[in-house]
Amino acid sequence: MNAIVKAHAQSKHLLSGNEAIARGVWEAGVKVATAYPGTPSTEILENLALYPDINAQWSVNEKVSLEVAIGACVVGSRAFCAMKHVGVNVASDALMSQTLAGVNGGLVLAVADDVGLSSSQNEQDTRFWGRFAHLPILEPCDSQEAYEMAIRAFDLSEKFGVPIIIRLTTRVCHVKSLVTVGERLDYEHKGFLDNPSKWVMVPTNAKELLKEQGVRDKVLKAYTNETDLNWIDEGSDKRLGFVTSGPAYLHVKGTFPDAPVFKMGFSYPVPIEAIRAFGETVDKLIVVEETEPLVETELLAAGVAVHGKDILPRTGELSPAIIENPIKAFLGEEVEALDESSLPVFPRPPTMCVACPHLSPYYCLSKLHKKVRIAGDIGCYTLGAGHPWKALDTTTCMGASISMALGMTLGCSEEDKKKPVVAVIGDSTFLHMGMQPLLDVIYNRGNVTVLLLDNRATGMTGGQENAGTGFDINGNEAPRVDFAKIVEAIGVNPDRIRPVDPYEMPTMFKIIKEEISKDEPSVIITNQPCVLTDRFKKNPPLKVIDGCTGCTNCLSTGCPAIIVTHRETEVRKSGKEIEKAFVTIETAACTGCNLCVSTCGPDVIKPLTPRDFLD
Amino acid sequence: MTNSNELTNILVVGIGGQGVMTASEILAMAAIEMDLDVKKTEVAGMAQRGGVVASHVRFGKKVLSPAIPKGEADIIIGFEPAESMRWATHLKKEGVAMVNTLRITPPVVNVGLFEYPEDPIGEMRKMGVKTYDFNAGEIAKELGEMRLVNTIMMGGVSEYLPFDGELLKSIIVEKFRQKKPELADLNDRAFEAGRKAAALSAQNAA
Repeated sequence: MNAIVKAHAQSKHLLSGNEAIARGVWEAGVKVATAYPGTPSTEILENLALYPDINAQWSVNEKVSLEVAIGACVVGSRAFCAMKHVGVNVASDALMSQTLAGVNGGLVLAVADDVGLSSSQNEQDTRFWGRFAHLPILEPCDSQEAYEMAIRAFDLSEKFGVPIIIRLTTRVCHVKSLVTVGERLDYEHKGFLDNPSKWVMVPTNAKELLKEQGVRDKVLKAYTNETDLNWIDEGSDKRLGFVTSGPAYLHVKGTFPDAPVFKMGFSYPVPIEAIRAFGETVDKLIVVEETEPLVETELLAAGVAVHGKDILPRTGELSPAIIENPIKAFLGEEVEALDESSLPVFPRPPTMCVACPHLSPYYCLSKLHKKVRIAGDIGCYTLGAGHPWKALDTTTCMGASISMALGMTLGCSEEDKKKPVVAVIGDSTFLHMGMQPLLDVIYNRGNVTVLLLDNRATGMTGGQENAGTGFDINGNEAPRVDFAKIVEAIGVNPDRIRPVDPYEMPTMFKIIKEEISKDEPSVIITNQPCVLTDRFKKNPPLKVIDGCTGCTNCLSTGCPAIIVTHRETEVRKSGKEIEKAFVTIETAACTGCNLCVSTCGPDVIKPLTPRDFLD
Repeated sequence: MTNSNELTNILVVGIGGQGVMTASEILAMAAIEMDLDVKKTEVAGMAQRGGVVASHVRFGKKVLSPAIPKGEADIIIGFEPAESMRWATHLKKEGVAMVNTLRITPPVVNVGLFEYPEDPIGEMRKMGVKTYDFNAGEIAKELGEMRLVNTIMMGGVSEYLPFDGELLKSIIVEKFRQKKPELADLNDRAFEAGRKAAALSAQNAA
């Protein structure tokens, strides 16, 4: 068991923001905690699952996970749900109505914004849900605050009868710092609140609840101006007063140590009156917020003169270096130009792993790309857009590959009519939001070839379990969905459901070619596990024996274990220049998947023998 | 108010899966042992996918922003030469780099889109970085366990830290004694081998 799970009250630990949130949620007496994995939020539920006395689960998507938590809250326990910023888009249907209904046991969401897009399709500011859904937003700046706010959020949720969002950013989730922990509250279960006029969201009830929401909004607006979660750090340099929240607070404190700072921990509703009073103690006010000008806009609308995004960047992470010069220039101080020096080094973008079972389908797709359109989805296989495959035309959001593929077949130009459309989607993403699009294809008599890459893991976030893996979040056996049966039940012709071992590349290639030529939907299902999970079994590594002709076929698999030893340019009789690259295989990395063997022209890639190890 | 000049800033860089984050975790533990405030952060989007990993460790009386500003790193511990070169301008003027010379070429280099720098260590020395270099991969292979690279690098840097390097060794060895006792002595040897290799490269470093 993880050390933090056994930590005694008042002991101090080096915790990431995610670990700290998990500890706080557990200490708050939460009974049910749910999530769908998503960077940078994933470790919150992974850590909560380590505590023995809590029902932690991976749900199939964020909407379902929030609804499970809502159910637990209605029957009187404290419930928690974690997700990344784009997860709220999926969960918002439940969120928008439940904030109107309110809570029984405390209900708290931790939402992690991938500010700076380390692993996301967009950058969106979760604080806007506060305004949209009429709920409070708490914003910690480090692990200690994340831990404390997780506990406080449940008290506030019950005090005001509203779900609460703790808004995190990557720079809270994935920063480790010291946290002093407490102990688990013996929470008194509230029991089911028998009140259909509160929980049954029909217009007559909702109309009454809207009035209550209006009252609640006023109470929250008063509270935000009084709460100790918002405070002022006094400062002697009164030229500029800072209004800030989250990690931006730390950047401000380090860069302008003598300036007065209004620190928002309870950032929505915006503490407008408290900031107005703070503004009277300084010459000018500036809002330093990640990422959008939300607080700034509200202050301006309330007639509080502030600066903010007129000076500072509107996207991406802030840092001391990013805020220092613009603000000093604004104060009329001299600024030194930023050090832009760097040594030139090639980029090292993320790529698929050695022996990844997605390499083979992408090798095939890259060869077919001229003849087919390829709609991608969210997961490791989005990397297929990169070198050397360059085999994706679109990626938008979870599950969109199949539905967008249908739209492409319907909306294409006359000359594109003959171009088949392939959708590439992983097991977890298919279960998250891919089943309904497939049903839409069938119902509307569309024709899409779906490549369902089942690697028995939610791969990109670190190989978490899902309803297709046969195990739950605690590693216990769980019912495992049968993908072939599901797609058959949805209505795919059983002859068009094609299981395939992706390491059998020629078979894979043949099946894709067959299925894209059919005039009805197909689902090709791969069956080899993610190499980062312990389900993956290694074979003896491969080596290149004498005779490599430099044809570079094997390099088009994209396997990182294949290394170029030297290059040559050959001039053909026709005068055409051919670039050759001769290769070797990194023994320590190779797992003997045999994919490169099936691409090797001269057939000079062979398994290592015991003799090779003796040499 | 503390400013960042009073902090120790260590940047550990390499590639996902090399043990960069474990190394920075050990450095953070050393800071805790010294009763200092500490923060550790990674800029690692998809760390397990062969991308760049840079782990920032900062410690002192009070740490505010977690990331080390450019030009303020005291030490770079580089698990790969090109990655060390990429981050070299993050060092302060009199900064030190401890570099594993084992190269890892990514697919974008193998397919011929980019070139691997000819002499990353030379480039770093040219810009005035005191660079120690040795092949930690080779030492790990000799000791029979590739995963020792991490401990070897820790041994390498142990003499160049603003605190007693023995503290690092005791944390590593103790960690193994508790979790995998059969590996404790081997890690002790790996730590010493790294320390020795760094000392041998000292004549080239200046």
